[in-house]
Amino acid sequence: MYNGQKDIVLLKGNEAIAKAAIRYGYDGFFGYPITPQSEVLETLAADKPWETTGMVVLQAESEVASINMLYGAGCTGKLAFTSSSSPGIALMQEGLSYMAACEIPGVIVSVGRGGPGLGTIQPGQADYNQSVYGGGNGDYNLIVLAPNSVQEMCDCMGRAKELTFKWRMPVIVLSDGVIGQMMEKVELPPFIPRRTEEEIGQQCPWGTNGIGLKKRAYNFHSSLEFDPAVMEDRNRKMSAKYRQIEVEEVDYELYNVDESTEYMIVAYGISSRVSMKAIDMLREEGVKIGMLRPKTLWPFPEKVINQLSKQLKGILCVEQCEGQMIKDVRLAAEGQTKVYHTGRSGGIISSPMEVYEDFKQLTQATAN
Amino acid sequence: MTEEIIISGFGGQGVLSMGKILAYAGIMEGKQVSWMPAYGPEQRGGTANVTVIVSDEVVSSPIVSRYDTAIVLNQPSLEKFESQVKPGGTIIYDGHSIIQPPTRTDISIYRIDAMEEAARTGNSKVFNMLVLGGLLKVRSIASVDDVVKGLRKALPERHHKLIPMNEAAIRRGMEIIEKMN
Repeated sequence: MYNGQKDIVLLKGNEAIAKAAIRYGYDGFFGYPITPQSEVLETLAADKPWETTGMVVLQAESEVASINMLYGAGCTGKLAFTSSSSPGIALMQEGLSYMAACEIPGVIVSVGRGGPGLGTIQPGQADYNQSVYGGGNGDYNLIVLAPNSVQEMCDCMGRAKELTFKWRMPVIVLSDGVIGQMMEKVELPPFIPRRTEEEIGQQCPWGTNGIGLKKRAYNFHSSLEFDPAVMEDRNRKMSAKYRQIEVEEVDYELYNVDESTEYMIVAYGISSRVSMKAIDMLREEGVKIGMLRPKTLWPFPEKVINQLSKQLKGILCVEQCEGQMIKDVRLAAEGQTKVYHTGRSGGIISSPMEVYEDFKQLTQATAN
Repeated sequence: MTEEIIISGFGGQGVLSMGKILAYAGIMEGKQVSWMPAYGPEQRGGTANVTVIVSDEVVSSPIVSRYDTAIVLNQPSLEKFESQVKPGGTIIYDGHSIIQPPTRTDISIYRIDAMEEAARTGNSKVFNMLVLGGLLKVRSIASVDDVVKGLRKALPERHHKLIPMNEAAIRRGMEIIEKMN
């Protein structure tokens, strides 16, 4: 199927997710439609990967069913993903906690909209806490990737595949309604064949194989444990893994940041795109401002923020909610510089002009 | 060069597909593009708009609040976007759909009677291509050749037989657009 040619197309972020999953050799998708991510399932249905790569595409009866199907597929060592938006992801929290507890791989695409509750169907970024701090019970973390373009939506499906098996834990791709709905130029990856049963057996010796393949060991996954000492031991092992991830997997991008930078915006997803334009406007006026964009929200790029805070007069945290990531930015800054928030919520996205004006107001207030 | 364009009208007028063809034409010219629709429970007869940005550089924000060019295809769209055009910018409006024309004097105002032309030729489906032709005439965003290449990419192959008709409409749109100030 792979012809060695680059495939450059104009796609919505949601369409890129679906096409990338097929090309990266995902084994299955289980999901339930919800705006603004319905094009993921629509694109999979139109492209019919079950006829080409053999990938399973199934519309589940609910988000609760989707996440448990993902859990089941992950237990066998298969690579599956689901996608949803804010209230749908809320319904999946129990399943995510179970998957994390059993150290089961799986990829969850979250295309955020304005909340809380059913909220609006317009784009939002109010699910930072939901993704990074989890709505599920217990001591667990999820790796959270934050794409800010259609190309990165595509690339994140490859990155998530790598990370979910490397660390044996669910990975969330946290996007928003703008990145999901907008179209941009994207270069799709070449087709990578799905793993064979033998390859899955080698990569995932912990996988449950049913009764057919007797060569593999008998495996059993359960989050239930009656002995607290054993449970604590499991938690400590997971914590050690999480600390290692914090060392190895932090990813971020700097925009116009160097030793002369006086102000810095911290923003991810659509807010980072809006902020780039605001920064360009401010820099034309001679303001020494740049941006740090976390590409992983967990693990969070706290060390670099702490380091940069020493030289900064202030940090503006731009997110389209009432302020969630700002708490992590403040923790990272450790009081070395002031941290401010700007952003809209409920399904409204700040314009570059609003960020520009809010920044001016903030710096004037600080100067006085 | 960065051109920030809003195309706004009724659902069913071909606003979103016109934006998509424009974005594809930008890609054919080797430019960076973004296409961001207002999405929601819209339907035929409701409102529809899309922001298209075509640039020589990486597109920063796909969402902007001021535009180089506004294409307005109904009265509410004109009322909403007239004030959001940058000084020195451009408004293109359809003569039949706009009752109260734009009044600003610091921007270029163009009228295109695309609705009438489409009705005259008995093919209402090329309405958006007539408007696109008008845009290409007054703003040098992409060549007609690249737009036709864009059409090839944007349309499924079974519709490729319609490309000559669309190309003719684009060329006709270039002829019938007129400057009003």
